[in-house]
Amino acid sequence: MKIKSVYKPASLEDAYQELLKSSKHVLMAGGAWLRLSNRTVEKAIDLGCLDLAFINDTAEAVEIGSMTTLKAVEDSEIVSGLYDGILPAALSQIVGIGLRNVVTIGGNVVARHGFSDIITPLLAMNAQLKFYDKGLLSLHEYLETRGKTTDILEKIIIAKVPSRGYFKKVRKTALDFAVINVAVTKTEAGFNISVGSRPSVGMLCETAMALLNKASNIDENLVDKAARCAADSLKFSDNHRGSGDYRRTLTEVYVKRGLLQLLDLEEKA
Amino acid sequence: MKITLNINNRDYETEVKPGEYLTDTLRRLHQVSVRRGCDTSSCGVCTVLIEGKPVPSCAFLSYRAEGKRITTVEGIPDEASELSRYFGGEGADQCGFCNPGIALSVYALKQAQGPYTEANIRHVLTGHLCRCSGYHAQVEAVKRYLEANHE
Repeated sequence: MKIKSVYKPASLEDAYQELLKSSKHVLMAGGAWLRLSNRTVEKAIDLGCLDLAFINDTAEAVEIGSMTTLKAVEDSEIVSGLYDGILPAALSQIVGIGLRNVVTIGGNVVARHGFSDIITPLLAMNAQLKFYDKGLLSLHEYLETRGKTTDILEKIIIAKVPSRGYFKKVRKTALDFAVINVAVTKTEAGFNISVGSRPSVGMLCETAMALLNKASNIDENLVDKAARCAADSLKFSDNHRGSGDYRRTLTEVYVKRGLLQLLDLEEKA
Repeated sequence: MKITLNINNRDYETEVKPGEYLTDTLRRLHQVSVRRGCDTSSCGVCTVLIEGKPVPSCAFLSYRAEGKRITTVEGIPDEASELSRYFGGEGADQCGFCNPGIALSVYALKQAQGPYTEANIRHVLTGHLCRCSGYHAQVEAVKRYLEANHE
């Protein structure tokens, strides 16, 4: 990305008004992935000066500011207490500590990168996004919207509920992007299953979730059926990391393992 | 943009482009231990410390470093030199291209006072690619260096 000028806003309102002025004005979070784009921007609006790097522990939820670095989230004991710590576990597998000291959680979520190891656990954790203009939106709803986001993500909100979680990232080498990543969570409301790096962006497996959440008794046969359903209901594609068929096979295996782990069931040999 | 960078406790006034990354700026300011590697923040050779935290300078915009404390290997000559002796002793050194980045990450771990477990050393070294010597000897060298310098 070629940046012609940088604007340091005094407030969120200031940043928002500047963003609305031109389609060539863009918001800048951590700035680590600017090399991924060839476009030229007139003005990069730097969110780094707006006090959006925080982790707040309230009675009902944990709020993570959009400019909080991945490393800060990874090291947070508050976040580790949610869903068996699947979010810090997912973050700790992203490249090295150095990059995680630069990349921000909000920048990654808003960009809807297909390779994101952050979106997948957040989806399964029912994360809510608080935008400056549009207000609250679930991450699931946000990912279903298309096109450029002309709004500023303020924070990510994760409700504090009794929960368990499972996360698996499959990769070819230690520092590579995922071939597939899978998150499974369980709360009193039921199971959530999300799969990312398909290679498109993470998505909830709603049919498999419905199958599980409507059942009065979940045994291994139903787990098998739900895992197959998750693999069959999602769209997978080929890229240089793996074929769509390979991804589908991996999804079935890891969704099953995740469900068995959360149900405290043993996998049959 | 005209900015002032504090590098190894010395202020440098310099002109940077808005989208310029710190690797380019630091090399222009003769901090040649900061090397250009993958330029995609994956290999760790361009690592510097910003406020004591390791960051890949190829992914850190220069103007954002204004007002922050930047440390390169030129700023920790004694520590880097001592660590290199441990690298030599363990056969963890060959071309040395990755060493400055590793030295700074190890220095940050030492400043943070650990933990100096093997698991944590491996965790800290993840993201530093070495194509010569493999990683086991480096882990051993860092472990011995930290054990010897533990206060």
